[in-house]
Amino acid sequence: MAALAATSSLAVKPSPHGAGPRVIRNPWWVRAFFMTVALLFVLCFLVLPLVAVFTEALRKGMSAYFHSFTDPDVLSALRLTLLTAAIAVPANLVFGVAAAWCIAKFDFYGKSLLTTLIDLPFAVSPVISGLIYVLVFGLQGWFGPYLGAGDHPWFGAWFNAQDIRIIFAVPGIVLATIFVTFPFVARELIPLMQAQGNDEEYAALTLGASGWQTFWRVTVPNIKWGLFYGVILCNARAMGEFGAVSVVSGHIRGETNTLPLHVEILYNEYNFVAAFAVSSLLALLALLTLLLKSLVEWRAKKGGA
Amino acid sequence: MLLARTQRSVLPGFGLSLGFTLAYLGLIVLVPLAAAFLKTAGMSWPDFWAVASSPRVVASFKVSFGISLFAALVNAVFGLILAWVLVRYSFPGRRLVDGLVDLPFALPTAVAGIALTAIYAQNGWVGQWLDPLWARGIQRLSNLIPWVNWPEFLGVKLAFDRPGIFIALTFIGLPFVVRTLQPVLNELEPELEEVAATLGANRWQTMTRVVFPELMPALITGFALAFARAVGEYGSVVFIAGNMPMHSEITPLLIITKLEQYDYQGATAIAVVMLVASFVLLLCINLLQKWSRRYYRF
Amino acid sequence: MSVQVHNIRKTFGHYTALADVSLAVKSGKLTALLGPSGSGKTTLLRIIAGLEYADPGSGQIQFHGEDVTNVPAGKRKVGFVFQHYALFRHMTVFANIAFGLRVRRHNRPPQAEITDRVHKLLKLVQLENLAERFPHQLSGGQRQRIALARALAVEPKVLLLDEPFGALDAKVRKELRRWLRQFHEGIHLTTLFVTHDQEEALEIADEVVVMNQAKIEQVGSPQEVYDRPATPFVYEFLGNVNVLQAKSLANSGTPSSLSALQAGGHIYVRPHDIEVVPHETGAPGIPAVLRYIHAAGPQARLTLEQVENRATVDAEISRAELVRLDLRINSLVLLRPRQIRCFAEDYAI
Repeated sequence: MAALAATSSLAVKPSPHGAGPRVIRNPWWVRAFFMTVALLFVLCFLVLPLVAVFTEALRKGMSAYFHSFTDPDVLSALRLTLLTAAIAVPANLVFGVAAAWCIAKFDFYGKSLLTTLIDLPFAVSPVISGLIYVLVFGLQGWFGPYLGAGDHPWFGAWFNAQDIRIIFAVPGIVLATIFVTFPFVARELIPLMQAQGNDEEYAALTLGASGWQTFWRVTVPNIKWGLFYGVILCNARAMGEFGAVSVVSGHIRGETNTLPLHVEILYNEYNFVAAFAVSSLLALLALLTLLLKSLVEWRAKKGGA
Repeated sequence: MLLARTQRSVLPGFGLSLGFTLAYLGLIVLVPLAAAFLKTAGMSWPDFWAVASSPRVVASFKVSFGISLFAALVNAVFGLILAWVLVRYSFPGRRLVDGLVDLPFALPTAVAGIALTAIYAQNGWVGQWLDPLWARGIQRLSNLIPWVNWPEFLGVKLAFDRPGIFIALTFIGLPFVVRTLQPVLNELEPELEEVAATLGANRWQTMTRVVFPELMPALITGFALAFARAVGEYGSVVFIAGNMPMHSEITPLLIITKLEQYDYQGATAIAVVMLVASFVLLLCINLLQKWSRRYYRF
Repeated sequence: MSVQVHNIRKTFGHYTALADVSLAVKSGKLTALLGPSGSGKTTLLRIIAGLEYADPGSGQIQFHGEDVTNVPAGKRKVGFVFQHYALFRHMTVFANIAFGLRVRRHNRPPQAEITDRVHKLLKLVQLENLAERFPHQLSGGQRQRIALARALAVEPKVLLLDEPFGALDAKVRKELRRWLRQFHEGIHLTTLFVTHDQEEALEIADEVVVMNQAKIEQVGSPQEVYDRPATPFVYEFLGNVNVLQAKSLANSGTPSSLSALQAGGHIYVRPHDIEVVPHETGAPGIPAVLRYIHAAGPQARLTLEQVENRATVDAEISRAELVRLDLRINSLVLLRPRQIRCFAEDYAI
């Protein structure tokens, strides 16, 4: 089914035709015009913003730049961002593998519906992704009244005893992040595993391997690059998510702020150097993601995913 | 018998993986989404309609959907050119540009928002040149065609006005068109263009009658994806939009505003309208892809 | 219209696709460009069509004596059919065939005439009732014929077909090539087709051009190239052949042995040109041991091993002959070539 985030994917075959016909092509001035337009577009919308982040961050010099990172609030935001990704990415990784296993390896009724439902979070605005968790766990929500109120015979007592808060606290941030990064690994693995077919697994089973052995020794090595690809995209989004997290966070400095949220706070306080310094960290993460992504694509093109 | 296997398989783990998938999907996605619909189901129809049709909400719909549409159109045109250049021409730095196309996916939206603001604000790198030009252009237009309220319609400056929203949404939607077109362009047989040439078609005729129709399904899909993403976008827009109610306030921001005023019902009502819109869009994209797969592959 | 190719050279980087190739294609004939993959045949076809330009400074392409070397593809009046048809997927069969007429700037025929001509062409390729179908609704053979009709719609002076049956399965391929032969009888358009299948070339072409390693090896009628191959390559490429040491034949004392000895090097014999006689006859011949008998098919194929040097020889004899000889595995026989061909040593492949 459809790719609601139809980004590049490893399952896409490398080009069979590449540069197109040799003799039959557009006149040189048309080519020059297309090149100019395309590169100007890339310059204005992609290159300049990236450069701006770093120049603005270094506007007041190196020491001001590095001083921004000594702020304990920045450090705690960094810690929370890492923690969130450390929970959300493995959770979606396990889910992605399980979903891809049952969808790619078996035939069952309702498969295409399931595939569409997995894509659903990509169709939902980030703000709404946060909102639905507020509706479930917030004070006005379904479980909200029991959280902290303790008037429900089971839930309330349990939540009370654990002193658990979800919305405007870390668990809400993690849940919202899991929601927005939900499809990344699954949608990367499903087409890859479908393309690979079941033959190698069958071969392993006939050779006497158990189910788990087959999975770990045959399936996982075959999908490892697709898995890695899905994980880096998932991680980039998990660390960078803003809208959904903003709704559930509560914006408590040093407690429920992730790095992107802290960028907003610093920016709104007119502390531009610090805002861009923190941004530069996130931009570096983005560049690293793109680099790894290109490397994996290059590897996959060279010799099988 | 939904979810029953159609055939027995010797591979193990069907029950376990499907069970886990369904449980996780249900808990993380379906139950919370259902909460939004159940919340509005608790509202009476007139209450719902009163929220959804209040002037400020309708104005935000117009801003969000209108500018998203425009940004997606611009992305369709420039994305087509960029994809063509990346697939067909070889030039130094091509791989770099190709990798950079995914930047809007990888860069956190808040970072994109403040970076675009820094560039296109009145004192920014591009803004300091383009902003006065824009203001003068709007002035000219107003003199030329006075019966349209141009400053209201197109904004008087780039950042902190409607053009800012357009810039952010164009940035966000850029990869969709390029990435849906690239594989199609790659698989486009050179023979199609060659056969057209031997049949006497000139280059313009070949492009418009042979190449363009081949790309059309992918182009529409990319356009729809960019549009769907732009409608829901929040992080990159709020910094550059100016956020004036009735003029440059996007719908996702309005949802947050309502939430901050503890107007949960209002926020949910608006959210449900948007959810329905994006599900319809998702359905259209799916149908389009299914259709083009059947039609265009043999 | 005749096509002349004069000293055409084409290189891709360090790779030479065509090395000073010259060729005259006769008007109105069906000519096959035959060769293994990488022999340069498709490149030659594409250069004739104008889809590829020869290296600057190399020779000329002439249509009926007129230089077209620098004429763009669209103005050469050639019809080109690709191996994978290259039909326009978003157009109906009708629109595909009409394309060449509709894109004309000058003297574009009126709509009624276009309709008329498309229907005539559909009739010609025997697919009258498929006009409103889309390419994905057609079978491979039907697509190929639509591609042909589309090429013919612009009334080309030369028809060029690149591996026209290459993408079809064996049965359809046979039907379609017989059909193409008949079709060509009807229109007598100068037609050049590329193939790597020698059976196909020999069966339907008026003239066969055998190519190998960027060069033309031989041009001639199918019978000429099969019976009198000009080079060892042609001998090996067209049908099965045994390569014998001249020495073994000379020692055998068969009638042709003297000339073989003079030529030296290798002797080429087709399997059906080898006579097998029992050893007891004591006639002159090469002694060999029978190793296998493949009796399925109209002819019996024997695999033999020469006694002298253990080299393998294939022979084909009729099944009646096989019964008459009453051969057993591992029995000793004598081989007597009826017709041989020698090539000087420097011709060796």
